[in-house]
Amino acid sequence: MTRKKRRMWILLLCGIGLGSATALTLTAFQDNLVFFRSPSDIMTAEPRPAPDRAFRLGGLVESGSVERQPAVAGQRPVVHFRVTDGAHAIPVVYAGVLPDLFREGQGVVTMGRLGPDGIFRASEVLARHDETYMPPEVADALKRAGHWNPAQGAPPPPATWNTLDPDRRPPAPAGRTGS
Amino acid sequence: MPPGTPPGARSLHRFANPGRFLRLTDPWMPWLWALALGVTGAGAYWALVVSPADWQQGETVRIMYVHVPMAWLAMGGYMGLAILSLMSLIWRHPLADLTARELSPVGAVATALCLATGSLWGKPMWGTWWVWDARLTSVLVLFFLWLGHAALVRAFDDMERGARAGAILALVGIVNIPIVKFSVDWWNTLHQPASVTRLDSPGMHVDMLYPLLTCALGFTLLFAVTVLARTRAAVMERRVRALEMARARRFDAAQ
Repeated sequence: MTRKKRRMWILLLCGIGLGSATALTLTAFQDNLVFFRSPSDIMTAEPRPAPDRAFRLGGLVESGSVERQPAVAGQRPVVHFRVTDGAHAIPVVYAGVLPDLFREGQGVVTMGRLGPDGIFRASEVLARHDETYMPPEVADALKRAGHWNPAQGAPPPPATWNTLDPDRRPPAPAGRTGS
Repeated sequence: MPPGTPPGARSLHRFANPGRFLRLTDPWMPWLWALALGVTGAGAYWALVVSPADWQQGETVRIMYVHVPMAWLAMGGYMGLAILSLMSLIWRHPLADLTARELSPVGAVATALCLATGSLWGKPMWGTWWVWDARLTSVLVLFFLWLGHAALVRAFDDMERGARAGAILALVGIVNIPIVKFSVDWWNTLHQPASVTRLDSPGMHVDMLYPLLTCALGFTLLFAVTVLARTRAAVMERRVRALEMARARRFDAAQ
């Protein structure tokens, strides 16, 4: 075996060892590496998170659930909404300024505590951007054609719209119609 | 070179001679610079002026045309660093050491730009400059790996020992690359999953995708030609130092 071959084998073995050590570590810490917990995680957890324990709750803002309380001068605006993952929903109350992307159907991550009354009192609300990028005209065309209601959640599969030219031809028939 | 060397290794060793490397790359440099600047300029115009705003991000989406190419370069450049480190450790390729040494500061700049533009985008869109989710944290680790490599290879008086230590650091750090790439799929993060590099159709309209790919090509060319120019400068610098040493020795001998 030449010296080059030997060095290659040593590096390969080190790489395998290091790779499997990393994989095992990441698997072991799987639960701690998530940034937020979903409403289903919380509702099915036994026992429920203690009221004095802060955690992050993430999901979609439920359609039709956003209620802004009338503004009081000198106080931060209060907003009520529900965070859902389809299976479960948790009511959230938050006093403060919301990010630009906050709307019904948008993903959010909220930091706060779950009270004994089942209401999540958030001290921070972050909006989560999904991985879709589209010009306003395309979004309007999809909404007009009934293929997508942003308040209901994610847009239709990208193959149906990512080459769409709203000025020249009508929207291609989508795989599923607006729900 | 022993007679049984495979042809691939032989062609790599053609560039091992620094003088030949300078001669071979010299006529290409002005063309590469012109191409890199031309494509970057065209991409910037397409992305910043021609392409549409996003339906919900508005004009802020234009940050993406710098952020995404820088993120790709931070990871792709690191793969390049790992390949150079393998060449250095296994074949003791002298130009691989020099290129790795000149690559890491450029990679650190790309990663810093990725982090900075991401932060500028995150404040208006997410509502925060920074969170410790798996994607952002692993990219920060990548930035420290680039900086660590740049510092380590310069920390030894003996350049060869520095290059060896840096190569080992770069190869250990390669475990971070799949973590950066797949963090958004393995764990839930605030950062969104990939829009372009995924199996089904890109989640981005072509009016934004094509300027993004043009910008990515331009920045990649700029990155490559910068590293090439730095490596050429390093070869020439080493040659100047060798000439000075030789002159000093002649001067000593004449005393």
